[in-house]
Amino acid sequence: MYSKKVMEEFSNPANVGVVEDADGVGEVGSTIDGDIINISIKVKDNILEDVKFKTFGCVVAISTSSAVVKLAKGKTVDEAMALTNEDVISYLDGLPEGKDRCSGFALDALKMAINDYIHKNK
Amino acid sequence: MDHSATTPVDSLVVDAMLPFFSEIFGNASSLHSFGTEAAEALSLARKQVADAIGALPEEIIFTSGGTESDNLAIRGVVPFNEGKKHIITSVIEHPAVLNTCSFLESLGHEVTYVPVDVDGIIDVKVLEESIRKNTAIISVMHANNEVGTIQPIEEISGIAKEHNIYFHTDAVQSVGKIPVNVDDLGVDMLSISSHKIHGPKGVGALYVRNGTNISPIVFGGNHEKGMRSGTENVSGIVGFGKAMELAAERLSEDSVHMTRMRDSLISRVFDTISDVRLNGHPSKRLPNNVNMSFKYAEGESMLMLLDMQGVAVSTGSACSSKSLKASHVLSALRIEDEFIHGSLRMSLGRENTMDDIDHMVDALQETITKLRAMSPLADR
Repeated sequence: MYSKKVMEEFSNPANVGVVEDADGVGEVGSTIDGDIINISIKVKDNILEDVKFKTFGCVVAISTSSAVVKLAKGKTVDEAMALTNEDVISYLDGLPEGKDRCSGFALDALKMAINDYIHKNK
Repeated sequence: MDHSATTPVDSLVVDAMLPFFSEIFGNASSLHSFGTEAAEALSLARKQVADAIGALPEEIIFTSGGTESDNLAIRGVVPFNEGKKHIITSVIEHPAVLNTCSFLESLGHEVTYVPVDVDGIIDVKVLEESIRKNTAIISVMHANNEVGTIQPIEEISGIAKEHNIYFHTDAVQSVGKIPVNVDDLGVDMLSISSHKIHGPKGVGALYVRNGTNISPIVFGGNHEKGMRSGTENVSGIVGFGKAMELAAERLSEDSVHMTRMRDSLISRVFDTISDVRLNGHPSKRLPNNVNMSFKYAEGESMLMLLDMQGVAVSTGSACSSKSLKASHVLSALRIEDEFIHGSLRMSLGRENTMDDIDHMVDALQETITKLRAMSPLADR
């Protein structure tokens, strides 16, 4: 029921971990919901030079985390902030009906990390 | 490793069924010889099912499966018993019972859902205290489909008898795993499903003790002595009969084999993986059921990674269910959310071997290691 792309990102996720000396960190979810997504970023010259994630959760949580990180890496802060949930879902060739509920969490974590960076550098 | 979901049809069962598709295709209600042959096959199957559970052939009603049997038992007895509008059941029943009860509640009937302890054993004291003058039926499953906990059915049926209340048990998971005898258990009604015991899908039975005041829920041409109308699924019933016969014949051998594999799997998981718990009762559990929770790993993710390694399991995690709700059974056992999300049910069958257990343990180790390396919780 999951697309090939989802299973690829899920079974071979890239960029797992925590960025060293991160410039921004975002985390969403709780153990009660069953999904926790942590995204950390390193910004250089306004570009997301490094982005990493650590995720506890289901196939959608892991595959969207991996997708969001890949989409954000190398983008400017503004470009990354402009990413939408549709971008993530289309990158994954769609999500099964009813499984898109938690697809926005990873993007939320990314934006939280960027806001954290912006806040620290005001 | 998902035999509680379903089982492959035994080759002897297939052989028994094959003639009933094109050769002996008669309608068992027809009076000509084609029909008579089909009717004789149904009688044999009825005897096979009855013998396997210590019942009389006339006490067996063939249905479309466990769900219909549960519906018939409860909806057949409750609305038609002299104004008795109260049902007692447990919080960990299969949805076939729970949703039937909630439907009857919506029609004005009253239902008491008796809690269970942390191992999944029903609170018999609360059950007895819940009995009212207008209690029509008590329905408590023999063994739970998720955690495998076996209920003290003899004790509960004794209480029901004392108060002159009908007692039904859903024995869908226990038949073929542990002894199921209607007199030993003291039940008035008992549900069985064919596809859980290496029979075909879409067929099952409700045992109804002679003298039980029950009405049909499906009306039509008065098949099954009027208790379940609709032309009989002859090939399916023939296969079900054969599967019941085989299950009874192989019970002691199967249960020893499955218990050995179960205990080996549990102890090896505890030995090789940290932050694990066993869900359900440590000893009062089905020989084929292993339900364990792994911290810092989510059920659906484990299931999919195990599937890639050729192992099929199921999980009580919310993400894997259609309703996106965590298992009502694990919640009723008061298991922490963290452990419910990481629960896996591994259910064994007679064709599994110790090699399968080896493979299961290896695949689990690899899966858990991979997911924990990804989890932000594991290093906190």
